[in-house]
Amino acid sequence: MVVASQDAPAGAGINPSHGSMSRERRWALRWSYVCLALFAVIFLMPPIYMLITSLKTSAEISTAANPWWVFDPTLGNYAELLSQQQFLIFFRNSVLVTVIVVCVTMLIAVPAAFALSRMKFWGSTSLATGVFLTYLVPETLLFIPLFKIFAELQGLTGISFINNWWTLIFIYPTLTVPFCTWIMIGYFASIPKELDEAALIDGATWMQTLRLVFLPVALPGLIAAGIFAFTVSWAQFLYPMVFTTSADQLVLPVGIVTTLIKGDVFNWGQIMTGALLTAAPPLILYAFLMDYYIAGLTSGATKG
Amino acid sequence: MADVSLNKLVKRYDEVEAVRGIDLAIEDQEFVVLVGPSGCGKSTTLRMIAGLEDISDGDIRIGGDVVNDVPPRDRDIAMVFQNYALYPHMTVAENMSFGLRLKRFPKEEIRKRVDEAARILNIGELLDRKPRQLSGGQRQRVAMGRAIVRDPQVFLFDEPLSNLDAKLRVQMRTEIKRVHQMVPVTTVYVTHDQVEAMTLADRVVVMNGGRIEQVGPPDELYHSPATRFVAAFIGSPAMNVVPCRLEAEGEELMVRLDGGVSVPVPAERRARYGDAVGRKLFFGLRPEHLTDEGGRRNGGPTARIEATPDVVEVMGMETLIFFTLGGHEAAARLDSGARPRVGESIPLVADLGHMHLIDAESEFVL
Amino acid sequence: MTHTLPPTVAVKPPKGARTSLRATTRRKSTVAFLMTLPLILLVATLVLYPAIYGMYLATLNKSMERFVGFGNFTFLFKRETFWMVVWQTCLFAGTAVIFKAIIGFVVAHFVHNIPNKKQRVWRGVLLVPWVIPPAMSTLAWLWLFDPSYSAFNWIIAQWGGDPIPWTGDADWARFSVILVNVWIGAPFFMIMYLAALKSVPDQLYEAALIDGANWWQRIWYITLPMMRNIIAITALFSLIVTFANFDIVRILTAGGPLDRTHIFGTWAFSRGIESGDIPLGAAISLFMMPFLAVLAVFILRDVMKRGTQV
Repeated sequence: MVVASQDAPAGAGINPSHGSMSRERRWALRWSYVCLALFAVIFLMPPIYMLITSLKTSAEISTAANPWWVFDPTLGNYAELLSQQQFLIFFRNSVLVTVIVVCVTMLIAVPAAFALSRMKFWGSTSLATGVFLTYLVPETLLFIPLFKIFAELQGLTGISFINNWWTLIFIYPTLTVPFCTWIMIGYFASIPKELDEAALIDGATWMQTLRLVFLPVALPGLIAAGIFAFTVSWAQFLYPMVFTTSADQLVLPVGIVTTLIKGDVFNWGQIMTGALLTAAPPLILYAFLMDYYIAGLTSGATKG
Repeated sequence: MADVSLNKLVKRYDEVEAVRGIDLAIEDQEFVVLVGPSGCGKSTTLRMIAGLEDISDGDIRIGGDVVNDVPPRDRDIAMVFQNYALYPHMTVAENMSFGLRLKRFPKEEIRKRVDEAARILNIGELLDRKPRQLSGGQRQRVAMGRAIVRDPQVFLFDEPLSNLDAKLRVQMRTEIKRVHQMVPVTTVYVTHDQVEAMTLADRVVVMNGGRIEQVGPPDELYHSPATRFVAAFIGSPAMNVVPCRLEAEGEELMVRLDGGVSVPVPAERRARYGDAVGRKLFFGLRPEHLTDEGGRRNGGPTARIEATPDVVEVMGMETLIFFTLGGHEAAARLDSGARPRVGESIPLVADLGHMHLIDAESEFVL
Repeated sequence: MTHTLPPTVAVKPPKGARTSLRATTRRKSTVAFLMTLPLILLVATLVLYPAIYGMYLATLNKSMERFVGFGNFTFLFKRETFWMVVWQTCLFAGTAVIFKAIIGFVVAHFVHNIPNKKQRVWRGVLLVPWVIPPAMSTLAWLWLFDPSYSAFNWIIAQWGGDPIPWTGDADWARFSVILVNVWIGAPFFMIMYLAALKSVPDQLYEAALIDGANWWQRIWYITLPMMRNIIAITALFSLIVTFANFDIVRILTAGGPLDRTHIFGTWAFSRGIESGDIPLGAAISLFMMPFLAVLAVFILRDVMKRGTQV
């Protein structure tokens, strides 16, 4: 190696010798780590600042001392928040809405994706395209007509859709189902056609093929879709803002934003605690299922 | 009795006819190989037999019953796919027993059949593994095992050896032959490899352009091809085919090849070729029947042809030379003792007892 | 015996309809249709119908008793605020997406540079902003931007600088909104680009190295062209999301100061829900439609192209 680096004159325009190449690479590597560390600090700063603030007393927050340091750490904010009936109701509402929406989403998306990717029928291609387009429809486009529709429905049927947390169960699937169907179509399409033919010859019906072959094989896709549905439902902010108002009907994100901010008196210690507790479930899920999460993200941009 | 018969079978995709009216009768326990270039309709035919493709016209009978509208699961068939199509989340034993479990066979029976199949295929110690832990050859065996445990009326093989490397392919070829001898079930086997077809089949079906070119035992296809396509498709290196004309010279018939070489038609063939005088023809002769003096194996009428090799391939047991004959590339198989050199003319002996004349228009072998 | 079918024999004409075969095919179609029916119903009743109903709503007067045709739209066209919202929405979406794309690309490169084993951890850490519910991380930013207790201003004060009115001044507020947008969205770009980077075969770089390409040339002639499609798709996706954003602006500035940070989503909410003028809110929302439609067409084209490529 050393001999080779002496033989090759530097910058001769031919292949760099091994010695200088590895030196170059070492420097590139060092620089990469330095820059990555910098970006990591920036990317993690807000959540870390949440944590810092959540550990402070109100008194410490309102002093002029270094806000980036906790001089008098306390878990008081957590204790107070978790003993509040209100916060626990938000939490319960969020969990109920999210769990039900994830289940409903999978029940709708999986059979649809199976039919669209495997059982070609009249209009199936346009329907798949339509599903993708629906995914691109943002909630800010539809919240007003949806609100009005449910208000009218309430007038018509006497069922109070407005200001009830369970109304969100009808609304959220419009955000989760299209994308989940889309990525499941992709996962199903990646299963070789021969596999369902083999199942067919082995005597399985379509439903058996789906249940006994496709679902187990496409399990990573199911998990990715489930995570997506969970994250979207858990984080949704606009719809609960529109549809729910009383404190006992709110879900976590809206509950924290609207009830903890009272007029001009911001109780930042509690707000940050609440925000962190709200961010925790998706973060924990992400920590354990990161690879599925990332696979789901990146597969959304590919067709089949 | 599980004979399979295809009657005027047609497959149309929108505008294209992939299979254009096939008639074929496959006897019980027979091993039939469908062979042909890609796109010749062989796989489509197999998939129609399996019930994976709808039949556009004609019908298929298995054991005498028309099965056109019978779904695959009720046809009592088993299929081995090119990519094996093993269920990745099931163990080998589960893969093999999947069909039986769906049909709710008793556990004892399933166990017995899986063990028996595993014994035949020598995969007893693999039963608890997942497909991804297996080598290509092992996966192939499992795929066959899955077919065997079903104890079907018909085995269907769709290019099962294409994904294996050359050595394993030869090994598995023998294995398939052996299994068929142990479990003599009617078999339809699709391949594009004519060697596989020749070695495995009781009868070979050569397909081209959605039609059957010829059906027959391997040696018949080799010695008496019916069409130019079969003549060129069977055998490696392919048969030499050179445009020619047939001329009468008194008693004799002379084959005048493009490029000036002439060979006489052997006396016993004169009557057969008499009508073809003056027509555009092709002269066909396999490389193994065009050889040097040392490579000659039998007597019979011969003719001498001079050849100047462009390429020489020493194979060990024989030496191949490639040269130009009447403007067309031709090959000859020489004895391993021969030492031909590129550019140096050598005399070759054409074994005219094996010559073929092919009508240029109809492409039938005369 | 050799029995051949002469190639010249004509195919027999079709025997006529195979009714039972058609029945099988139809049965399969029916099952498939039933399996997609919930999806179709969902999309029809809760996406398509509201979209059409929204158009109808936009033609009513405030109390929704009278048809005013394009009244709401002409009213909006005359409002200065409306044109400001249009401009702000485009400004936020455009600027934020450009910065997300650049930062995402740079970070993806750094992650791609380090050994494979360590990539997983770094990738995991760097995606955290994307995982936290945006409303919650925006709250953290709001607190970081607090007029009296801003942690940023504290640092600036340590260096002797004047406090910055992060959300109080129109220009700074716009900057802050874009900053938070970029912070939330850049990791998504990073992940997409990283996946694209990994899909470029190493042999291409080795071939380029042998052909004498330097670092910059390798990026310009190999990486970027190979990633062109995924860059386009990601940018278009992100453009839609940023364009139609609600959470960030709502929490950070609620559109203020003096409507200087309102975008379509937040303005529609404040007019339609908070001020109770549902038709006007619907009309504002509807203005997003042409923008989104154009983006959707491009994205669909790219995704389909990618589908046939891969």
